[in-house]
Amino acid sequence: MVPLYYYLIFSALLFSVGLAGALTRRNAILVLIGIELMLNAANLNFIAFWRYSPDPEALTGMMFVIFSIAVAAAEAAVGLALIIAIYRHYRTVDLTKVDSLKG
Amino acid sequence: MSDYLFYIFAALTVICGALVIINKNPINSAMFLVLSIASMAGLFVLLHAFFLAAVQVLVYAGAVMVLFLFVIMLLDLKEEQRRKINTFGAVTGVASVAAIGYVFYQSIRNTPLPNAVAHSEGDTVVLGKLLFTDYVLPFEILSILLLVAMVGVILLSKKDLK
Repeated sequence: MVPLYYYLIFSALLFSVGLAGALTRRNAILVLIGIELMLNAANLNFIAFWRYSPDPEALTGMMFVIFSIAVAAAEAAVGLALIIAIYRHYRTVDLTKVDSLKG
Repeated sequence: MSDYLFYIFAALTVICGALVIINKNPINSAMFLVLSIASMAGLFVLLHAFFLAAVQVLVYAGAVMVLFLFVIMLLDLKEEQRRKINTFGAVTGVASVAAIGYVFYQSIRNTPLPNAVAHSEGDTVVLGKLLFTDYVLPFEILSILLLVAMVGVILLSKKDLK
């Protein structure tokens, strides 16, 4: 069985990839996709810690992941609705062009 | 055997994740995200979280990604393919992410981790019982959150708020 250490390293790697996507892309939808990758990495950490914990009967990690998946679904829906509203207003989803708060 | 499966699924997830952010076409990005999420469900199975693997495939790869694809196709995102990449943003982004990755790596390496695995399964029956006894208040709050999100999304995407 693979040690917990490997799962944590892999999860950190995936989180970094998602963060790179969220920081470098200019398309708002792809920024949201990067955030989804980061959320998935965090979920994997929860499950790995649950599996390797001294008391796995408590199922706390699994509960966290269930709630986190449900909240992530709500977050994606609201984020995409915001993107549609922004597109209707500015005719673009390029985040560098949506800068009216910059002054 | 399960060690090899871990390496295969982990490599697949990270490669598909990298392709998600490299790809210029948003639809291809979303498709690679589906692949990445599906292979991550394989990792969940290796961790004996069978119910969560099913939920991951159904909710993420199914519902959420259909929503993403729907919005990508609703908005006309053709111009993304023609624009060349912003070099300054790419370099600073990759550098800061590499720095954060290094911090993660060092902090994980220097933390003593538990090694013992108590062999128990993520039993769905136990999970359901727990969800409706100990965790019933968060569960209900979550259902209200989903309702509020639904109403908010309808309100946000309406054309005129009259």
